[in-house]
Amino acid sequence: MIPIHRIRRRQWLGATALGAALSACKQNAPVADEGPRLLGATVRPYGERSEFETAKRLLANDRYLEESQTRTPLGESVGILTPSSLHYERHHSGVPRIDPAQHRLLIHGLVDRPLVFTVEDIRRLPSVSRIYFLECSGNSGSEWGARPAATAQQSHGLASCSEWTGVPLSLLLAEAGIQKSAQWLIAEGADACKMVRSLPVSKGMDDVLVAWGQNGEPLRPEQGYPLRLFVPGWEGNVNVKWLRRIEASDQPAMARDETSKYTDLMPDGTARIFTFIMEAKSLVTYPSGGDKLKPGFCEISGLAWSGRGLIRRVEVSTDAGRTWKDASLQEPRLPRAFTRFRLPWNWDGSEAQLQSRCTDETGYVQPSNQQLTVLRGLASTYHYNGIKAWKVAADGSVTHV
Amino acid sequence: MYRLVLLLWALAAVAQSPKYGVGRTPTPDEIHQWSFSARPDGKGLPAGSGSVAPGKEIFTNRCSKCHGSAGQGGDAAPLVGGRGTLNTAKPLKTVESYWPYATTVFDYVKRAMPFNQPGTLTDDQVYAVTAYVLFLGRIVPENAVLDARSLPKIRMPNRDGFVPDPRPDVR
Repeated sequence: MIPIHRIRRRQWLGATALGAALSACKQNAPVADEGPRLLGATVRPYGERSEFETAKRLLANDRYLEESQTRTPLGESVGILTPSSLHYERHHSGVPRIDPAQHRLLIHGLVDRPLVFTVEDIRRLPSVSRIYFLECSGNSGSEWGARPAATAQQSHGLASCSEWTGVPLSLLLAEAGIQKSAQWLIAEGADACKMVRSLPVSKGMDDVLVAWGQNGEPLRPEQGYPLRLFVPGWEGNVNVKWLRRIEASDQPAMARDETSKYTDLMPDGTARIFTFIMEAKSLVTYPSGGDKLKPGFCEISGLAWSGRGLIRRVEVSTDAGRTWKDASLQEPRLPRAFTRFRLPWNWDGSEAQLQSRCTDETGYVQPSNQQLTVLRGLASTYHYNGIKAWKVAADGSVTHV
Repeated sequence: MYRLVLLLWALAAVAQSPKYGVGRTPTPDEIHQWSFSARPDGKGLPAGSGSVAPGKEIFTNRCSKCHGSAGQGGDAAPLVGGRGTLNTAKPLKTVESYWPYATTVFDYVKRAMPFNQPGTLTDDQVYAVTAYVLFLGRIVPENAVLDARSLPKIRMPNRDGFVPDPRPDVR
């Protein structure tokens, strides 16, 4: 049986000049419009992307994949949101399998009323949804060294952006009656290593969420299902996944992951501790390492973000930083979220070098590699946010500089 | 005046009382069982004790496969060595050279080690392994016995090596 709307469409097309013109183009028409057509796939309860799409998280070459990471394919990123399935991962003892009916969150310590919440309790309370980036403080750490990473995924893929839904932590702390003497919050996960981090109460009372949702559905297991701490603009490790305990304390725990790790060693041998904020960073994602360009029009596109708030400006250079042009910033621009920037470009086929440089709402300008290394040396490991350059060769191949 | 005091008291009580009443009150026992965290001042350290000799045995059986027989490293990073290297071109960050607090060693071992079987060491064993690692790092003597009182008193070589975040440092 032929669907009625198709007959009508054909009759209508046949009766118009447009139809005549389309008929004239018949030889170029897509194959699918020729002859009998097969039915497509049926409806299905949970969707998958097209089989022709291949963007994947990049696994690290680690001995134990429970203590490892995966990187988001930023070179293939579209818009500002990262699909949950491509959100970067960093785990310290594997992804626990947690039945939400069994999971509990304990709030205790310097509070008037210690409380235990079930996941159901948390979901009954007033929640908010916010779009925020999340970034490992080790992201783009390859760029400190003499051999920068070859692709956007390898260099900057430990950053992603999602819509997160959760209960403001300030609400839970008020319910528990947090005391004035509490200066720190010690947050602990329910993974095998019970990962723990401390953060100041002031941040906890500001914009931190106890998140249970991501991109329109409950958190993925690898993002902390059923509950995680979400600490906007701060290094990923503080965003404790599989959150099971928050202790209000007069001092930080000085846990392994805030002393031995995630501290920034300076050339004089001192180390910076509690370097929470992820400073403004940007990256050209198209074209980027591994792409192959053809001469002619090409829209340069990329991502910028700042842990201190909004991105105010992104400048792009196609001549290795000699001249800069303002890129257009796609709306909505949101504080502590990815901002997509775009700049039209005609590639004339000669060698070029692409860079981007962002400025955030505090006026902070993304530094060069040299500005960073002069101050911090080459051994601080974390919090690299220097300008990244891509070389476009005359044959169109794009590589790191 | 009395009425005013009463009114202020009532307002304060309202301001501090829970707004939603969701969640339940845990028992002290529940909190105790659920809330291990050892801090630099010793708060949270459990009862028990351990010394270097049993620590060596536990380390050999449970830790040396990744950390090396003397903590020199293997699949996992070295635990000892590196003193005096932090301000050089090749800094080696270890428990001995870098960690500011001995309590962190106890906290981390009890929490997360051994990597493939975290949570299987007793508190006495954790004290003993901590003692052995600190002995390997030349921080405690061979006859050291560690417990909740002695562990927080240990002064780590890099205790004063950490500074607050000065960023934005690029201007």
